[in-house]
Order: sequence, then C-alpha cells, then structure tokens
Amino acid sequence: MNQIIKTEQFSENVVKLVVHAPRIARARKPGHFIILRIDEKGERIPLTIAGADEKAGTITLVAQKVGVSSQRLCELQPGDEILDMVGPLGRATEIHNVGTVLACGGGVGVAPLLPIVEGFKKAGNRVISILAARSKDLIILEDEIRKWSDEVIIMTDDGSYGRKGLVTAGAEEVILREKVDECVAIGPAVMMKFTALLTKKYDIPTQASLNAIMVDGTGMCGACRVTVGGETKFTCVDGPEFDAHQIDFDELLLRLGGYKQDEVDAFERYLSTQK
Amino acid sequence: MQEYLKMEREQAWRIELRNQIKNKERTALPRVKMPEMDPQERICYQDREVNLGLDVENARREASRCMDCVNPTCIEGCPVSINIPKFVKNIERGEFLEAAKTLKETSALPAVCGRVCPQEKQCEASCFYTLKLKKDPVAIGYLERFAADYERESGQISVPEVAPKNGMKVAAIGSGPASLAFAGDMIKLGYEVTVFEALHEIGGVLKYGIPEFRLPNHIVDVELDNLKKMGVRFERNFIVGRTATFEDLKEEGYCAFFVASGAGLPRFMNIPGENYNGILSSNEYLTRVNLMNAANDEFDTPVLKGKNVAVVGGGNTAMDSVRTAKRLGAARAMIIYRRSREEMPARVEEVHHAEEEGIEFINLANPVEYFADEKGRVNRMRIQRMELGEPDASGRRRPVVVEGSETDIDVDVVVVAIGVSPNPLIPSALPELKVSRWGTIEVDPESMQSSIPELFAGGDIVRGGATVILAMGDGRRAAAGMHRYLTESK
Repeated sequence: MNQIIKTEQFSENVVKLVVHAPRIARARKPGHFIILRIDEKGERIPLTIAGADEKAGTITLVAQKVGVSSQRLCELQPGDEILDMVGPLGRATEIHNVGTVLACGGGVGVAPLLPIVEGFKKAGNRVISILAARSKDLIILEDEIRKWSDEVIIMTDDGSYGRKGLVTAGAEEVILREKVDECVAIGPAVMMKFTALLTKKYDIPTQASLNAIMVDGTGMCGACRVTVGGETKFTCVDGPEFDAHQIDFDELLLRLGGYKQDEVDAFERYLSTQK
Repeated sequence: MQEYLKMEREQAWRIELRNQIKNKERTALPRVKMPEMDPQERICYQDREVNLGLDVENARREASRCMDCVNPTCIEGCPVSINIPKFVKNIERGEFLEAAKTLKETSALPAVCGRVCPQEKQCEASCFYTLKLKKDPVAIGYLERFAADYERESGQISVPEVAPKNGMKVAAIGSGPASLAFAGDMIKLGYEVTVFEALHEIGGVLKYGIPEFRLPNHIVDVELDNLKKMGVRFERNFIVGRTATFEDLKEEGYCAFFVASGAGLPRFMNIPGENYNGILSSNEYLTRVNLMNAANDEFDTPVLKGKNVAVVGGGNTAMDSVRTAKRLGAARAMIIYRRSREEMPARVEEVHHAEEEGIEFINLANPVEYFADEKGRVNRMRIQRMELGEPDASGRRRPVVVEGSETDIDVDVVVVAIGVSPNPLIPSALPELKVSRWGTIEVDPESMQSSIPELFAGGDIVRGGATVILAMGDGRRAAAGMHRYLTESK
C-alpha cells in the first residue's frame, strides 16, 4: 500500500518521493494535492502533487522537514510504505491558452508549480519561469522546469546561483520587458504576498496556491480557512489556488504560525527520543 | 408490521411474564439510576466512559417496569422501529442474548444507539409512563445498551443471517451511521456491499466526532467487525468522485450508490476576528482529539489546550467539545448559547453530565467580536446578551438582542459548534444531481432515491444535520428503496 519506489535528496531538508498510488496517478490534474499519514502516530500532511506517471502508477511528492511527521516522512526509504494516502484533493488549476504566462516558484513551491508549468506549455502558452531560493542548493527541479519553459530565470538571495535578488526582481524585469497575460505564484506565503503586490501594480491576473494548515482536507474541519475578497474560504475544497490579489496574506501568515509552539515542543520531544 | 407485533406479543412466554407481576406493582417501581463515574475523577481522562452501565439485577428490575402494552407507542418513537417490548421482556426473563438479537433485527448499531440516541425525545417520550401515567419512562436506552453490552462481553455475538449472493454490487459512500445501517441491510439481502470512506478510519462521526467518554471506539469497532463478518467490504482513504469517478465504479460493476457523505463544512458566524488563531470549529477540535489522538504526546498531531475555553453552541457537539476542553485541563470551560437551557438541542443527559463536571453555562448570550494578541492568538471575546421573543420556524423562541449589553470574557481557545453545511464534494462531482439551495441532496422521502435513479442518499447530506439514529433510519429506508429499484429494473 502506497509503497515508496524512489527517493531523491534535493537538499538537507527537502526530499523527493515517488510513491505507488495508481488511482491517484490516473485521476490527478495540475494543482491537486493529497493527504498522507505515514503511520498510526503521524499527522495528516497535505502535499501538492508534483507529477505523476500513469503507466507506472506513481505520483511524485516533494516534502520539506518542518515538524515531526514531515521529518519522519523525509527519512523514509524505497520499499517503505506510507500507511494512508488520499486524493486527489482540491480544485485543479484552470489551464487555458492566454498568451504569456509568468510562473514564479519559491523554495519547495517549485514542486507543485511543475505540473502547472507543463500544463500551460502544453496548452500553447509562452511560459517564463522564475525559480527562487535562499541559495543554490535549495533550487529544485530546474531541469524539469526548463523542459516546459521558454525561459528560466534563477534568483537566489545570496547570489550563489543565477542572479542575486528576490523573485519579485526577476518578475518585474520580465513584466517591463514584455506583455505578461497571467501569473502563477507558489512558494512561501511572504513570497506570494510580494509577488501578488507586484502583479497587482501591473494589473496582471495572478493565481497563488496556498499551503494552509489542514487536518482532514475534505472540507470538514475548517483549519485551512483563509480570507479571499473579504469572504472566508476553505483552502482544501475552495482552493488551494485563489486570486492572489484577493487573498489576505497577513492573516494567512498569522494562521500558519498557529501551532508553532506545539510544533517546536513536539520536535524537541521527538529529538530526545532519537538519542 | 402490526400483525407481527401482535403475534410476538401473544407468545406463551410473554403472556406468562405479563401475568407474573401486577401492573400496579410494576408502575410502583422507581426508574433505575444509571451508575456514573465520579465527575471529579472522570474529568482527568479523555477516554473513560461516564455511564458505567446497568448490572443484571438492575436491568431486570427496570425491564419489569415495562407493562408490555397492547399498543406499544414506544416503537412509533423509534426511527428504526425496534421491537422494544420484545427486547425489554427478554431482559426481564433473563434471556439477554435473545434481547440483543431482537435489537439487531432492525438496528445495525445497538451498542451505539443505547449510548447516543436522544431517547427522551424518541422512544421514552412515547412510553406509556410518560404519556399516560406522567411518570418517568422505562429506561429503554439504558436497557438497549445493557443488552448490546451483555452480548459483546459474553463473546457470543450473533452474526445475522445473510441471503445467498445475488451477484449485484452496490456502494455506500461515507462510513457513518447511515452507511453502516444501509450496508447491514443490503448485505443481508444478498448484495455485495463496499463502503468507501475518505478518512483513514471507518465510522464517520462515531469516530471523529463523538468523544470516547461518551462512545468508546472499541464499542464502535465491535459493531464494525460484525458487519465485516457479514461480508461488508470497507475501503478507506477513498473519495468517490475523486479517487475514482462514479463512471469508473460503474465500469467496475457497481450498479447503485448510497451517498451518506455527511455534513462536511463547519459553519462560522462571520463576525470580526473569527479567523484569529485559537478559534476553531468543533469538527477540527474533536477530530484532532478523537481521530488523531492529539491529546496524547506520543502522537504527532497537536491540539490547542486553553485555560479559558469558550464553546459556542448548545447542541451535542458543543457539549462534547466543552467537556473535552475540561478534560484537556481548562480551568474555565464555558458554553456560550444564545437561547436558554430549555431550548438546548443537546441530550438532557449530556447537559446534566456537563453541569456535574463543572462546565459554566453562559446562556442567552452570543459572541459579536474577537480580539487577539500581537501574534494573532485570540485573548478576548465580546458577547451580547439575548432575550427570548416569539417562537420561530423551529418552534423555539427566537433570541433577540438586548441593546447595550456587551461584555468581554477572557478566552484563549474558542470552539465554534453552531452546526454544519453539507459537504460539497459529491454534488460537485455530479452536476446533474438535484440539490436544494442549502446544498443538501434532494431525495424521495420514502425511497431516498435522488434525481439520478441509481443514486440514493441519506443522513446529514440530505438532512443538513441530525442524529445518529435518524441517519440510520435513512440508511434502512434507502436499502429498501434501492432493493426495490434494482429488483424491479431487472
């Protein structure tokens, strides 16, 4: 059940997992996510699907160590099994031919961005991708993104790879240079917030995919609520993608910190049991 | 039905039993008291049941209060029409396993219903004692629980007979009480039944919603095992319409579907500050504790433990939440309810237990705004006083705002338990399905058939929000309706 076929360490805290899940591999579309629980004690973790191989019956996930459960997920090896996995969840990305699409990915946000980039390219768009991270070793899936992009711009905070600067610097340059019809931004909430502010200035429709806290992922708990255009929405069933110009990112940022202290406490407990 | 009841009542043992004790003596007996765990002790445990159950002697004495009426009005009060006098009289004569068998003739989950049904509004409300004698009714709920528990503890659990397989495959979507009742009936009729559940646990609200101190999980598991023994298949982590489409499942041989996907979306009040951290739905709060074991440090899922916890609402879910908060160590655990105690939809017993446990009731009050610290964590709520006006559509007196009555309460966790809206997952997968403007699936009330002929529905996805037993009643009617549809269409 949900056997891990392959793993790849992208960086110290980021791991790619290829998991056997034939039904999900067949049904998923760009933008969809899954929820998994590694074992009886694990949390339910939402992860956006980074790709799928329908023939092999596998899906690709990219996980980052942030708490105990994700730490344990990142330590799994090929042959190990994930106890529970359900999906695909959420609404699929609306992909159509609009002209030129600017795809901005920050950190592990590049993983969910990949199928969307692929989708837009296949729909006949010109796709310009910007990959951003703190440093070179945190830039992931560059080759895969290149395959479906007309141009790729790499931005790093420390200048260790590509150009030095934030994602917004790269994005603004493109916007000033040519007509951009639509923008997609996936990454840390702060990165999406500033990308949205930039594209709003230039009046470019922008979608952002949110990584809210979730429990069930089917609309039942409301942990993932977010304010969009003044209305409360549930990220799991109404999203995860929303009109980035309507999202209350400041509220989202506060809500993402809602269990910070519990996570820190749990992580310390976990480390003490590992000694 | 009437004929069958009459025939059963005329059995020799029933006549003999009736003649043993005079009715006058029966009615002179006081109603039994349910032994309970001490309130101060029980609030230290999340998973210890409050009600301890009747012993043999008390159960038989209570059963002897029942007069085995010619016209058993109690049955009319039961949504699944349990033959109440028959099971009660079996307890009186000491045939406890027979009593359990009687329950299972019509109910797939007697140990559950004996614990969570609002008997005071159903069977016990239409007991002869209540209606005519103006006395405390026979404790039918306690006796139901007694019979089911006795059977389970005896290790001699009877598995109902199943008809030979008829070769037809049907699916139930969701694994809560409606689906379990449906599955139990359909498997008896010879269908191949698969129950699809979105979560990683079978049982729906019985597992994620109702806490262990009211309904222990191992009790639900025994009832699920029984269904498995009868041949019902369970598929967890499977969302019909997503993991596979209805078309996919039809290709896999399923010829009809029963949708009982429950009331998904928790309602909020849409008042300022409601999205601050520390304010959560009862669904989230209870799911973290009941399904994810968040109160136990060995499990990874966290839950917010507050010192001052306010729970908004007056239903069973509100009681479950506030009593959970008390057990997680809250110094103040409060109910904020906009009507008065009399209008509370919660079971009387739950309100009573909550009071014993030191829950504060701030009735005739409604939240209007929340305030938070610099990190966005709620630290204060503003409430407004209410008074009761004219009755509204539900027959309950409408709460009216008392102007200028705002006061503030310190809180660090707020649980909103004001109801749920239907889960949109299934209707969104079937655009041709007829739904009401509230998003509930529209069905024929007799057959539970929807606008799509091979699709039936029941439970909260049809009712919007109801009880375990009403959901089970829907499951049973849907099973009968689907059976009729499938045999006639052949």
